[in-house]
Amino acid sequence: MNIHEYQARELLARAGIAVPPGVVATTAVEARRAMERLGVPKVVVKAQVHAGGRGKAGGVKLAETPEQAERLASQILGMKIKGLTVTKVLVVPATEIASEAYVGVIVDRITRSPVFMVSPAGGIDIEEVAAKTPEKIFKTTVDARYGLLPHQAMALAFRLYADVAQVRQAADTLQKLYRAFVDAGASLAEINPLVVTPKGEVVALDAKIAVDDNELERRPAIEALRDVAAEDQKEVLAREANLTYIKLDGNVGCCVNGAGLAMATMDLVKYYGGEPANFLDIGGSSNPEKVVTALKIITADPSVKAILFNIFGGITRCDDVANGIVAATRQFTVDRPLVIRLTGTNEQAAVKILEGVGMRALTDMDAAVEQAVKLAKGGAAA
Amino acid sequence: MSIFVDQSTRLVVQGITGRDGSFHTKQMMSYGTPVVAGVTPGKGGQRFEEKVPIFNTVAEAVAATGANTSVIYVPARFAADAVFEAADAGVKLVVCISEGVPVLDMTRVWPFLVERGVRLIGPNCPGIITPGVARVGIIPGNICAPGPVGVVSRSGTLTYEVVYQLTRAGIGQTTCVGIGGDPIIGTNFIDCLTAFQADPATKAVVMIGEIGGTDEQQAAEFVHAKMTKPVVGFIAGQTAPPGRRMGHAGAIISGSSGTAAEKIAAFERSGIAVMKRPADVVPLVKAKL
Repeated sequence: MNIHEYQARELLARAGIAVPPGVVATTAVEARRAMERLGVPKVVVKAQVHAGGRGKAGGVKLAETPEQAERLASQILGMKIKGLTVTKVLVVPATEIASEAYVGVIVDRITRSPVFMVSPAGGIDIEEVAAKTPEKIFKTTVDARYGLLPHQAMALAFRLYADVAQVRQAADTLQKLYRAFVDAGASLAEINPLVVTPKGEVVALDAKIAVDDNELERRPAIEALRDVAAEDQKEVLAREANLTYIKLDGNVGCCVNGAGLAMATMDLVKYYGGEPANFLDIGGSSNPEKVVTALKIITADPSVKAILFNIFGGITRCDDVANGIVAATRQFTVDRPLVIRLTGTNEQAAVKILEGVGMRALTDMDAAVEQAVKLAKGGAAA
Repeated sequence: MSIFVDQSTRLVVQGITGRDGSFHTKQMMSYGTPVVAGVTPGKGGQRFEEKVPIFNTVAEAVAATGANTSVIYVPARFAADAVFEAADAGVKLVVCISEGVPVLDMTRVWPFLVERGVRLIGPNCPGIITPGVARVGIIPGNICAPGPVGVVSRSGTLTYEVVYQLTRAGIGQTTCVGIGGDPIIGTNFIDCLTAFQADPATKAVVMIGEIGGTDEQQAAEFVHAKMTKPVVGFIAGQTAPPGRRMGHAGAIISGSSGTAAEKIAAFERSGIAVMKRPADVVPLVKAKL
């Protein structure tokens, strides 16, 4: 789960990291009042969306008067960044900057551990730094049983600053960042940039935290940070039904059990000259209700021209899926052709259920995909 | 012959009385798997299906039955502790089926296992099956058959699809391992490839990867440098958009890394025969046997 910058700043501030004050505004007038309340000569108005590259998209602007803050906020609010509508802005004092660094911690797949990354070349996209000047990135692997040890934090901080007072402040920030990372159940926590002000203070200007979805069950306070309005509504509906749905650009609606098979099904649609309309995994031990919701989501997409079921029964029982399909057609009109492939657990029972309502099921994945692609292109069924 | 699971396997089921645990234990038993013990705290002293003794702790189960392999079906929030418990009790192979285990939990489990020389398969995996010998996990036994091909995969149902196509074409398997779709897993592709290379009964290996991470690229280098047996490979997610997690927590293209194209290119460079679709497994494997 992604959380907004202002929420990530709150988590860092709660961990004791120096974060400048900031006010969230959902209207332009609120943005003006926010600047008045902050009582500073200059502010930055920042779009709050779950997307990178906000600055380049025109979603981050400097204002020198409250009126200008209001005007800029009215431009930014409602703007679309990478397809997502901006509904909130964060108003923060413009900070004078002596130097910018990057500090972050991620879960690393290769070492199977949290890994800290720091770079004195902060403020810009860290992936770009990694690609062009990898020698400017310094890493330390953390043994998660012990956490980031003080000497590790100091060694990393010495990579960023020469001044010992700044090194100590940065080391302290790193340890607090690690604590915030663990407390949030994050898979990534970064401060970019971590700046030194002309007075020599080390301050976190921008923060990003991505939370591991598997942590949310035991962290209700973090789950409460979810901004449903900032997410795709079909994906929200799917998540609430315990399905995984991702909208794509094609016209063959796919409904599959298992993520790997779902991806392979999308790929096979492409192989036969079609384009998948979505990724949809109904998961294991699926009950008929889940299948009904899945069909509801797929049929709600106007670009879908044919619907393909690809079910390999293991934990998932084919008869459950068949019952779900039949139940869905009774609850609402499925006005696009359905191609159903079922094999595995309780396949015979499923075939009987479908035949009972005049539907047929295929057992071969290739045959089913080929037929769905043909139907989506307006052809007749084989 | 086989890898990881064979005639010497003595299995303890953690969470044997739970919904998934009891269902799959019956299936594992009917497949002939030597299930010697079960663990559910508070139900020690009872028997599962009037046969398998249930213990309160894994340590008791190991002491009483000599269990050397564990399979975990407990809810995700208890899974990490179940792995710790199995390792602490001296079990040398732990198969964690549980889905939704927090990744930070796994970062604490991993160094603990390394220090004790314990092999973990999973979490969030379908487990492992040595056809005709033992099924540890949830891979349906009826789609497998004994034979010369080793199968290793990050996926569940996609593995079933590929194994089913092999079996239908009369090509059996030594062992099929589902290593799991999470960002942090125990046994990886290279571990399985190493074991298949050393297993005299395995004549060819099928490797099924997906987008996300660099495990497949490293495995490809390993195949090129260390393997003499033929390898056939598949990568799922060629049509996946970047930045979106495709169901599996580990299946995500971040930036330009972890794409299917990059992985397929690594396979081709390393002499791995690449399947364009699951059905290609049959002709490609036949050509290598």
